[in-house]
Amino acid sequence: MTELLRIEGLTVTPAVAPSILLVNDVSFTLESGKTTCIVGESGSGKSLTALSIMSLLSPQLKRLQGKVIFQGQDLTALNNEQMRDIRGKRIGMIFQEPMTSLNPVLTVGFQIGESLTVHLGLKGQVLKARIAALLEQVGIPASRANSYPDELSGGQRQRVMIAMSIACEPAMLIADEPTTALDVTVQAQILKLLDELKSRMNMGMLFITHDFGVVADIADNVVVMFRGQIVESGPVSDVLNNPQHPYTQALLACVPDTEGKRPLKPIDYAWLNEERAA
Amino acid sequence: MSAMNQAEFILTARHLNKTYSQRSGRFGFGHSLIKALDDVSISLRTGSTLAVVGESGSGKSTLARCLLQLQPLDSGEVLFQGRDLAAFPASELRTERRHIQMVFQDPFASLNPRMKVGEIVGEGLLIHKLGSAAEQRHKVLHMLKRVGLSEADMQKYPHEFSGGQRQRIGIARALVLEPKVVVCDEPVSALDVSIQAQILLLLKELQQEMHLSYIFISHDLRVVRHIADEVVVMHQGKVVEQGLVDDIYSAPAEEYTRNLLNSIPGRKAAAGDTY
Repeated sequence: MTELLRIEGLTVTPAVAPSILLVNDVSFTLESGKTTCIVGESGSGKSLTALSIMSLLSPQLKRLQGKVIFQGQDLTALNNEQMRDIRGKRIGMIFQEPMTSLNPVLTVGFQIGESLTVHLGLKGQVLKARIAALLEQVGIPASRANSYPDELSGGQRQRVMIAMSIACEPAMLIADEPTTALDVTVQAQILKLLDELKSRMNMGMLFITHDFGVVADIADNVVVMFRGQIVESGPVSDVLNNPQHPYTQALLACVPDTEGKRPLKPIDYAWLNEERAA
Repeated sequence: MSAMNQAEFILTARHLNKTYSQRSGRFGFGHSLIKALDDVSISLRTGSTLAVVGESGSGKSTLARCLLQLQPLDSGEVLFQGRDLAAFPASELRTERRHIQMVFQDPFASLNPRMKVGEIVGEGLLIHKLGSAAEQRHKVLHMLKRVGLSEADMQKYPHEFSGGQRQRIGIARALVLEPKVVVCDEPVSALDVSIQAQILLLLKELQQEMHLSYIFISHDLRVVRHIADEVVVMHQGKVVEQGLVDDIYSAPAEEYTRNLLNSIPGRKAAAGDTY
């Protein structure tokens, strides 16, 4: 197994208030051909971690310290121009909202082709053929290249987003809640598609989600985040079946199980704070 | 309807039909008709929870609105305690409405940002002229405390609360009128899983204490499994299947239901002995 990404001591704060640690000393690794899920509730810092990898943090936020080593290269040392060469080419990214992530006045074929032209210089018939192949790969008829986003369903739009993100055959894919806005049957299809593409292209996938069911289906490794910190990480079967940290245990007890047998138990934050202090 | 049936089913909908006309074509000059409800019949047993599940566009939210007479039906009848709501004169419908309340999905959009929480929760009492001002205040306070908020919260505005707290305010607003039926339209789908568990437990406790009957609209099959006694599966405006939760989850009769249940994330793992 080759190490693809290593994050060391990543810390993100608001630019004006460096004492508030939104992401606090986060470290983990991702291997090629494997999926690591970052799971946590709103405000746990999971999306900020993903954005930091791509150097896409908003100007109000600041990466205080930490390294992002991708294929042996520290991304934090790169300038904007050098990062542009990595984004979309060597690291692909999919966002939550397939409705707002696509440009409504351009055909989906054009939008998929953009990164192929920019990064690989493809043009004309070669470009057309590659767009068609990509659409087929994500399960959309190639004739849909001339469609506008509003002519596609939510699931199809997310498939287009996936086609865009894998166009340049990146070594790593970051997927930030890619199925949260989708119906459950469509979600199952998209998860299956992502898993197949990951294996076929030997990509490393960093998958951000709040849903433990999704984690159980797709992850090899899990990173659990709480208030900006990693509270627990490890292989998916260990973390889900035998959680060690009180927060992970409490969070899993909140998830309705598929059999409906286990009673729900809300998190007792007072107790959790005592546990953390101890 | 016999007297026994009336006691057994508090709310019954029979053969509901509702069609929307939608603009279509690239510039919206065309018209197409969407059947949001296609001969839908459901019955809510007194004191129980009936979940309506389906994907987007299945008509589940339209059903909720039609049950409350917030939207006119094309045809069909909604019987509340054996009486057809549509046949009520407008004034009587208004009085009856206090018995059928709604909890909405989005706790951010469903509370008036310019009203204090005490006013929001008390508005229904004011409209229905239930009790003196002092009695109303007492009821509001009691209800807010019951859902886990404090007296000081009455003077605050909605933006001062988190999503979970706002959903508690929405529940207090619905329940302060001591309704018999509460229609919950995706009440926990905007919430984090830990908050979701709190709200689900609160809803269950309140159901027992206040003898409530719930219509629970949801797309989350895991949540439904936990909260519902019976379930109605909807697809493209039609009822695909209905029955007891345990029966439908363990032995779905229809292909669509099977497919839906197989799509629940984490189910593959649950089938083995892990998680």
